[in-house]
Amino acid sequence: MSGKEVFYQGNEACAEGALYAGCRFFGGYPITPSTEVAEFLSRRLPRVGGAFIQMEDEIAAMASIIGASLVGKKSLTATSGPGMSLKLENIGFACITEVPCVIVNVMRGGPSTGLPTGPGQSDVMQAKWGTHGDHPAIALAPASVQEIFNETVRAFNISERLRTPVILLTDEIIGHMREKITIPEKGELEIWDRPRPDCPPEEYLPYDTSKGIIPPMADFGSGYRWHVTGLNHDASGFPTNKPSLVQPEEERLMAKVTENLDIIEKYEHLTKDGAKVGIVAYGSSARSANAAIRLALEEGIPVDFIRPITLWPYPSQPTIEMAEKVDTIVVPEMNLGQMIDEVQRCIEGRAKVVGVNRVDGDPITPENILEKIREVA
Amino acid sequence: MAFDYDKYMRPGKLPHIWCPGCAHGIVMKSIIRAIDRVGLDKDRTVIVSGIGCASRMPGYVDFNTLHTTHGRSLAFATGVKLADPSLNVICVAGDGDALAIGGNHFIHACRRNIDITMVVFNNNIYGMTGGQFSPTTPHGKLASTTPYGNPDYAFDVVELSMGAGATYVSRGTVYHAVPLERQIADGITHKGMSVIDALCTCPTTYGRRNKLGSATDMILWFKDNTVGIKAAERLSPEERAEKILTGVFRQDIKPEYCEEYQKIIDMAKGA
Repeated sequence: MSGKEVFYQGNEACAEGALYAGCRFFGGYPITPSTEVAEFLSRRLPRVGGAFIQMEDEIAAMASIIGASLVGKKSLTATSGPGMSLKLENIGFACITEVPCVIVNVMRGGPSTGLPTGPGQSDVMQAKWGTHGDHPAIALAPASVQEIFNETVRAFNISERLRTPVILLTDEIIGHMREKITIPEKGELEIWDRPRPDCPPEEYLPYDTSKGIIPPMADFGSGYRWHVTGLNHDASGFPTNKPSLVQPEEERLMAKVTENLDIIEKYEHLTKDGAKVGIVAYGSSARSANAAIRLALEEGIPVDFIRPITLWPYPSQPTIEMAEKVDTIVVPEMNLGQMIDEVQRCIEGRAKVVGVNRVDGDPITPENILEKIREVA
Repeated sequence: MAFDYDKYMRPGKLPHIWCPGCAHGIVMKSIIRAIDRVGLDKDRTVIVSGIGCASRMPGYVDFNTLHTTHGRSLAFATGVKLADPSLNVICVAGDGDALAIGGNHFIHACRRNIDITMVVFNNNIYGMTGGQFSPTTPHGKLASTTPYGNPDYAFDVVELSMGAGATYVSRGTVYHAVPLERQIADGITHKGMSVIDALCTCPTTYGRRNKLGSATDMILWFKDNTVGIKAAERLSPEERAEKILTGVFRQDIKPEYCEEYQKIIDMAKGA
């Protein structure tokens, strides 16, 4: 990859990635450990003619980015656990109205205020199920500063193409860690924009799916006057409670994800001959898992590894393959056991699954994982 | 010639959901006439609402319309306006939507002095959910959740807006529909945050419970119980205390948020 080399913090890489993807609006609210994303964009967005606004609360921040996206601006907000809880209301609104936007959650520890300056991975189930009602969920979980940059770009791309909110789940460790990264030249990474209508405005139906399950979206102010509502609606965008219209629309929202796995799914799957132990790990815990796998090999224990980069939808297929090969799957995560349920769900008893769980505010160390590998090997 | 509302109404969207006797239609018509008077381009106008009876209004009118979550209209509208300051942005909200669940967004939109016109359909009650007391239900009045009388004291929308920094603040009523239309038109042309406290009525869930008479009686009540702020100067303090003041309370020129942000863009681009 050619481009400019910089020594960036994860949160800065996220903000830089957003600009690269074409983000021109940020609405936020201060919260540790995500604030650097806002600070960075408060400096940089006006330089490119974009807008930064610090709203009165997290709810308003989420609302503002949906409003800006309806005008056609790619929009971002960033937060952490307590703020994420507040944003969920309007994330559901973006799901049902199909307004693209990206939400960064730099995860910290604990329920409620918890451990504001400590890392955590306790919001992974919230990312999938948080807002009420059935809704599509896409969450990306990068594990390095470079990957935060690249996955932020991908988050925007997926959000635009599928017209749905995308959550970028990082954590305090990779959010605040500094690494050398390369900012690619303009054009090096593909940038996708939302589909826009080309029909005459009087023929525009905002949720017309006759040409595909992602309907074109008109910018407010562009001459296509349409109605946006969080109520269940028909193809014209107006409210309906007809069962025959509501059910297929709700199913279509989910199908936008299940029918586009080729552009959403992303994972690493590393295998070793004779491995009887596998690890599934994501985000900063995956870094410790990598080290543990190296140490285990030095002790003569081969270990397979799956690192979901897209966390939701979860990569079931490689996990099933892993379960058919190994006896035990170790799932280290900085929570008391969340993704471990998803691993168990998809492998349907093909292997034993054990967790390595820490919620004390310290990272999971390679030794924590190595100990478990030795125990089950 | 009679005013042609059809130019601004979406065909096939009536009847509306409002109860017989509800005065929301009068406020909607005042907004439409105000928009016509000012001459806004439908393509360049965005009407934003939250949740509740009043918030269903955008669905009936032919603009870019955004029916959002409860209380959040101003927060969505702020994103719309800042993303494209050349758009005309109008918010409509009921009193519960605007001032209870949306109270924080309300005061901060006022403080920013962002160029949005907020029309509060103030009927002193949560109508859609069946008549629970709101932040503008007067002390002592009955609601489905104040069966012994309301222990709370009401917000004064005008005082609240002025205290929070809105630069155009007025109060009208559905009895005085012509001045109400003029206030909304002035609010739209005013550069900055405009709040129009539009006093209206809910005979179904508020009037009936408090024995305020028919839908017409409730509207006529405004005739006898409000007074313009100029005329009020001629009243004794005792007489004035019994009346609700109407009219334009503030019309100030102050820096507007998006214009201030444009200066930041210019500064940052030069840096």
